[in-house]
Amino acid sequence: MTKMLMTGNAAIGEAAIRAGCQSYFGYPITPQNELAEYMAANLSRRKGCAFVQAESETAAINMVYGASVAGVRAMTSSSSPGISLKQEGISYMAACELPAVIVNMSRGGPGLGSIVAAQSDYFQATRGGGHGDYRTIVLGPSSVQEAANLTYKAFDLADKYKIPVIILGDGMLGQMMEPVEFDRQAPDEIPVRSDALRGAKGRPSRYVKTFTSNPAELEEINWSLFRRYELIKKEEVLCESFLVEDAELVVTAFGIAARIAKGAIKTARKEGMKVGLLRPITLWPFPTEAVQELAKRVKYFLVFEMNMGQMLEDIKLSLEGKGESFFYGRPGGVIPTPSEVLKVISRIYHQKGLK
Amino acid sequence: MKKIFTRPKSLKLTPYHYCPGCGHSIAHRLICEVLDEMDLQDKAIGIPPPGCSVFAYYYFDVDMIESAHGRGAAVATGIKRAFPEAIVFTYQGDGDLAAIGTAETIHAANRGENITAIFINNAVYGMTGGQMAPTTMLTQKTTTTPYGRDAVLEGYPIKMSEIIALIKGAVYIERVAVNSPANIRKAKKAIQKAFQTQVDHLGFSLVEILSPCPTNWRMSALESWQWIDKEMVKEFPLGVIKDIRGAKDAD
Repeated sequence: MTKMLMTGNAAIGEAAIRAGCQSYFGYPITPQNELAEYMAANLSRRKGCAFVQAESETAAINMVYGASVAGVRAMTSSSSPGISLKQEGISYMAACELPAVIVNMSRGGPGLGSIVAAQSDYFQATRGGGHGDYRTIVLGPSSVQEAANLTYKAFDLADKYKIPVIILGDGMLGQMMEPVEFDRQAPDEIPVRSDALRGAKGRPSRYVKTFTSNPAELEEINWSLFRRYELIKKEEVLCESFLVEDAELVVTAFGIAARIAKGAIKTARKEGMKVGLLRPITLWPFPTEAVQELAKRVKYFLVFEMNMGQMLEDIKLSLEGKGESFFYGRPGGVIPTPSEVLKVISRIYHQKGLK
Repeated sequence: MKKIFTRPKSLKLTPYHYCPGCGHSIAHRLICEVLDEMDLQDKAIGIPPPGCSVFAYYYFDVDMIESAHGRGAAVATGIKRAFPEAIVFTYQGDGDLAAIGTAETIHAANRGENITAIFINNAVYGMTGGQMAPTTMLTQKTTTTPYGRDAVLEGYPIKMSEIIALIKGAVYIERVAVNSPANIRKAKKAIQKAFQTQVDHLGFSLVEILSPCPTNWRMSALESWQWIDKEMVKEFPLGVIKDIRGAKDAD
């Protein structure tokens, strides 16, 4: 297999094509433009594939909705302010049980914010994001290689559970270049989903809808979604543990922040501090059990994020009052250095008298 | 005995929930008759909007997907691009197509998306209880223009069909009404031409249908049909607005 040097944005585009993505709809916004540009260059002229630069994020997600209901693998990408606009369509797709992949190369907020990497969309991504009681699967890659691998997975999960899947990256992951290998080949023939709307030929007509004037019917729809979410929570949790076996202090971080934390932890280890890392890869479903398992032995948790403390809430919910959690975060697109995180680690380590 | 009139195959045997005198039921039937006559029932994918016609899928015996408010043209774009063999049509009201969905409509037309929009103009938001629509007539009273629409405060009735006709990707635009047997026949011909435009891969087609809403206009069915002739057509004249094939009016 050949290694290629690619940006995270381009790698996701390439992986999507290899995953059988047949349609991409997007709208320009920094820092994810390279992904739309990659699809324009490499997907738009492929047989049976579609690329549209839409008039808005709202239109783009509704095109995804249309392509998905027609039975093809469909995706869109954007960055934070654009993802806010897409929430309408994501809610409808959740309601209609339509698969789709949505990439958020997130940037600083609120408002127009900045164009620099931030992780402040964690709440929005992991709590549904739009109106109504629903969830999306959220994957948080921390390297270009993992971004590619999770892109395949995103399409597979979306189809398996008929659910929108969010890839929550950030501006740094989208724009930095790393070597990446692709272990899938783009399929020649892609089967059409059996529940697709393609005209009522040889079968009764079907409709896909979200509206009902009957609260009992809508309640049952909500229950049915909830049961699927419970199944996803049971089956699909992913996380990475790094040097946690003997750790006295466990840092939890996701995405690019976990890379920074790893650098700090490696140095801390050299200085004799027993520090490890727990990195959620699925941000929803959250690796609650992994946190609880660690909490049987570990007392101190440092949550490190490039925001004001969002995943912190999931850690606290998982700990259920056990252990002690600390938070260090830099919002607004400020990218902390490993040595900055190391300082926080050693302060906690020594204040708590750990050896 | 020869059967000379029957329910179209594309129309389910379901009693309409629409108010007496409402134009939706006529528009639904005309579309279904055209789909039958053009043998498009098993190729068609319809996109109904939020609003009174959200339940269109209870009546049309074709594949359908409900759109978010205003997004019909974007959803249609996604379906048509993913599966170009489908005959894709949106069914949208004036608030949907000419207010919240203006951008989606104009840009789908501008891309020359090979889809058909059926645009029901009844000059009010119907299902929400008769608020001002972008197409509400000047001086017309609605629940949000209780003193009558005043151009200074609320602007003018928007002529979406004329606006869209300026767009190169739009190839067939006609305004019709469903308030008399003669007009209903013309409306059907227009719908037929719009679908033919799509079958021939020519680009974006739109049929605007002036449609009575007696309930929200606070009129009897008969008065509402007459009001279209007396008032609405002054602002929204009937006829072909654009046809790149150079065809004349439907009669």
